[in-house]
Parts: sequence; structure tokens; C-alpha cells
Amino acid sequence: MRETGSLQWGHMGTVARTDLKQLIQARDFWGPMVGLGAIFFCVVPTILLFSLTSIAGVDAVEQISQTLEVLPSRAQASIENATGGDAATPQGQASYALAVFLFAPVAVVVPLTISTAVGAATIVGERERGTGEFLAHSPAGVREIYLGKLLASLIPGYVTTVVGFGIYSLIVNLIVGPEVGGWFFPTTQWWILMAWVVPPFLALTLSLVLRLSARVKSTAAAQQASGLVSLPLIMVAYSQSTGALFGGARVTWIIGGLAWLLAILGLRRGMRAVSRARLLGVADEQ
Amino acid sequence: MTLPSALAPEQPAGAVPVVSLEGVERTFGDQTALDGLSFTVPPRTITVLLGPNGAGKTTCTRVITGALGPDAGSVRVFGLDPAVDGPEVRRRIGIVSAKPALYDRLSGLDNLRYAAELYGLGRREQAARRIEEAAERFGIAGALGQQVGGYSTGMKTRLALARSVLHEPELVLYDEPTSGLDPESSYAVLELIREMTDQGNTVVMCTHLLLEAEGLADQVVMLQDGRSLVQGPPDELVRRYWPDLTVLVDAEDRNAICRLAGEPGVHDVRLDGTGPATVVVDDLARIPDLVLALARDGARVTRVEAERHSLEDLYFAVRRGSGHNRIGEVEQ
Repeated sequence: MRETGSLQWGHMGTVARTDLKQLIQARDFWGPMVGLGAIFFCVVPTILLFSLTSIAGVDAVEQISQTLEVLPSRAQASIENATGGDAATPQGQASYALAVFLFAPVAVVVPLTISTAVGAATIVGERERGTGEFLAHSPAGVREIYLGKLLASLIPGYVTTVVGFGIYSLIVNLIVGPEVGGWFFPTTQWWILMAWVVPPFLALTLSLVLRLSARVKSTAAAQQASGLVSLPLIMVAYSQSTGALFGGARVTWIIGGLAWLLAILGLRRGMRAVSRARLLGVADEQ
Repeated sequence: MTLPSALAPEQPAGAVPVVSLEGVERTFGDQTALDGLSFTVPPRTITVLLGPNGAGKTTCTRVITGALGPDAGSVRVFGLDPAVDGPEVRRRIGIVSAKPALYDRLSGLDNLRYAAELYGLGRREQAARRIEEAAERFGIAGALGQQVGGYSTGMKTRLALARSVLHEPELVLYDEPTSGLDPESSYAVLELIREMTDQGNTVVMCTHLLLEAEGLADQVVMLQDGRSLVQGPPDELVRRYWPDLTVLVDAEDRNAICRLAGEPGVHDVRLDGTGPATVVVDDLARIPDLVLALARDGARVTRVEAERHSLEDLYFAVRRGSGHNRIGEVEQ
């Protein structure tokens, strides 16, 4: 039975808010989630950037600095501009490159990993716990349920990323800033990446993960299957984010635009995967 | 003995049925869940869907809310088609599923708030008032702050019941509401269900427990393999199935029992072996006359008992009539 009619945004918000409330209650879930964000956004960058800016051996830093030559010329130019050109120290150049270019994909990997973990269990979990019965008999439309669940899966990943990004910015500015003449992070492209590129990649991945969650028989199967689906998408998102940062603002806008287009298509298809029969767990018997 | 399959309970002339199913079919793969099921539910009555596991009771409730669409046939709830007007129909229905379908990680209050918001009560005073009233009514007001995961089965059922009436539904569907409850809690739940019809609700309840249905149902629909074997008010069905009013009589002088045949209002006396005789009368008010007649005849009466058939008797009699034995096997 295809449900039509206008969307009740209130229902969507209610479903999302309740799912998030349950997530907050699940300390066993958000504990590792915060840990993951902390490792990628705080621990690893702090150790690497601090080591780089504190290395006493100039030869070692120069060797690292030379590896920057493999970067595209646009990126090399931006490093030179930002760090003061020839006057820049090798430490400054290397740590700037590391902070701006090499950690970029982390901003994509973390939310995708977290949101995939949440999304995989969201619909099949309702069915396993029997609460799908409540939703199936409720006045909420299946599209509203789907979008509510999508939102509830997207928010934890994105919020972790935004918070992590804020902390990462602070770390980068505190450690690398003195080497390049002051606070410089986030750069314009990082802003575009965070606001324009990351959300559609998240939505696209979740549209697939939620479709799987609606179709499989158990949460374990959903986790397995979504891992298989999201891994290639994480790799694509990783490479696209890196490319976006190396390619300049225009490329970033284009990549984000394409991702949004795919995400919208994915969401439209995903909405059809959820049905009341699937919430009840009888769809696979049809 | 045969019985008309449908016998609607008394209802005011012109009253529109709350639920009307007409030849509804629903299959899951090669398994038939509903096979041409038809029945109506009059307003302000308790209709009990009675049948063994797998008879189609749960599928029936799912079709009524529109959570599942029928493959064939027509479903009307409040005169609307749930497949078309699903949100409108579901907004006017309250349901308690076989599993309470509660969110264990949330508190009782959050579970009720969730339902209140989805059923359009909003998040403000009206919702808070309704939540408070429902929680008080079902005796769980003191536990609303606790996580539902820590509730007992009885408390979960009470919370599910409270949730089902939050939005003041016109129709309430209960699927095995006393499943897993102790006798006291079961009794309390059934009392609450009875109260609901007193307050104007229409109730459809699924159960396989005959004692539960007895005395509660205004109408029973006996299901078997997705079909209705028989339906109607229980007393009426019993009367139709066993039209004779019978009295079991035993006395030391069995010839005196035979002579009862000549007494006014006695249609027949059946003496079978050494057991009590079955005396068919026109009215059970004749029982004292029968005792008097036997005493006059000098017979010492050892047993006089009006024979009453329960819903359980009817259930098994109907199932035997449909070719099933007491353990549900099809008899050859």
C-alpha cells in the first residue's frame, strides 16, 4: 500500500526526537561513539601535529616537507600563501598541510561510521523489539517514520562531527597557528566541506542503510549489510572530500551539488522501502 | 447440529457498524491468514475474536487499522476505507498488541508522551492532562518516571492500556491483552475493558481464552483458518445451538423420572444408561414443579440441575462441527 498525501512534519520530528532520546539513554552506544570522535578529531591530530611542530631534527622535518611536493600545485600554492612563502619554516608548512589537507577525510569518515551504526538498527530494531507494531498502527505516515528515523540517525553523526570539528579547529590553531603566524583554521573550503559536502554524503549513505534496515530480518544482518554498503561510500566520500579540498572552492561546490542530487534520489527510493507490513515484520512473508 | 453463521447482536435501528468486514482475504505467501472473513462490530459493544493460534485474529486487527491491506474484500471502519483514509482511521483507534510494544529504554511517561504526540495531542497541557488521567485510571501513575525495561509484565500491560486510550479513541483493539498476566492482573484488565464500553467505547478483543470471553463479550466471532465459523451474542448462539431447555434429574426411583413426561411443560424425558436423565422443559421455572412431582411420587431426588452450556461448550461443539477435534486436529 503506497501512502500519499502531505507530510506531517510534526510526526517526523516526534519520531526523530524519540529515537534520539532512546539513543541518549543507551550509554553503551554513545560511549564508543564519543570515543571514536575523540580519537579522530583530538587524539591523533594532537599527537601528530604536536610531534611535527616539536621535532628538533631539521632533516626529518625537511623530509616530511618534501613529501608535500606530491600535492597538487593548487594545494602547494595555498600552503605557501598561508604560511608566508619562502619565509615559512618546514615545520609550519608540513603541519599546515597535515592539518588542512590530510585530516580532511576524517570529517567524513566519523559521521558516516556513527550514523551508519545508528541507522542500521533503526527499523529492524523496531521490528525486533515489537515496537514496530505501535508505529504501524499509529497515524504517522511511513514516509514520516522513515524521515524521522533518517534524521535521528543523521544527527548523532553530524553533531559529533561538528563538535569534533570545533575541537579539531582549536587544536590546529593552538598547535600550528604559532608556526604560520596566527589562527587560520577553518579555511573556506573546510567550511564548504562541512556544510555542503558532508551532509549529502551522510544522507545518501543513510538512505541505503535505512532501506537495508527495513528489509533484513535482524539487527546483526543489518549491521553486516550496511557495513558492506557504507564502506565503498565512505571511500568515495573520503576521496571526494580530499579532492574537494585540493581542487578549490568551485570543485567543492560541484562535488557537494552532485552528492545532494544523489542523496535526494536515494531518499526518494528509500522512502518506498518502508511499509507498515515491514514494521510489523510480515513483508518478507508476502 | 447446524447454526446460522452470523447473528448480529442487538443494536439500535440505523446504527452504523463501527467495523464492517466483507469477504476479506489476506495471504502471506502460500499461507492464507484471512479467507473470506465477514463480520460487523456494532457501536458500544465488546466483540471477541475467538480462535486458536493462527486463526487470523491478529491479521484481522491489522486489517482493521489499515496496517495491512486486504488482498480481496472490503473493510470499512467508521464508514471509511483504512487503505485510503488510514491516518484518519488510525487516529480514532487505540490498540494494545499481543506484545505491549513499549520502548524499554524510555520511561513510562516518555512512552505516553510519544503516543500523545503521534496521536495529535501535542506536547502541552492537554497531553499532560490526558497522560495523568490515563496513568491514574490504569494504576501506573506512580511508576511513570521509571524506565519501562524495569516494569513487570502487568505494569507493561497497564501502560500499554493507558497508551491505547490516551487520545480517547472510539474503537479499541486488544490483541490477547491478558497474555502473561497473573489472574489478579488479568481480572483487573478485563474489568477495565468492561468499563470502557460503559463509557461509550467500542472494543474488539482477540483471545484464545474462553473464560476471558465468557461474560465479557456482547458478540463473539469464532475464527478458524481465517474464516468465521460462527458469530453472534454468546447467549443467543448457545440458545441456537442448544434450543432445548434441559434439566438433569436423578432419583433413586428411575421410573418416577420417566413419569415426569406427563407433567405440564415437559416436552421430553431422555434416560440414558445409569446417568442422570435429561428432562426437556419449556421453561427452567418448571424445576420446582419437577421436584414436587417426584416427591409426590415418593421418589428420593438425588440431583436436579439446569443444564447450562458455556461458551467453551459452544466453542468445542462448533469446532467439532467444522471437523476439528479438541486439540485442533482435523478429524477424518
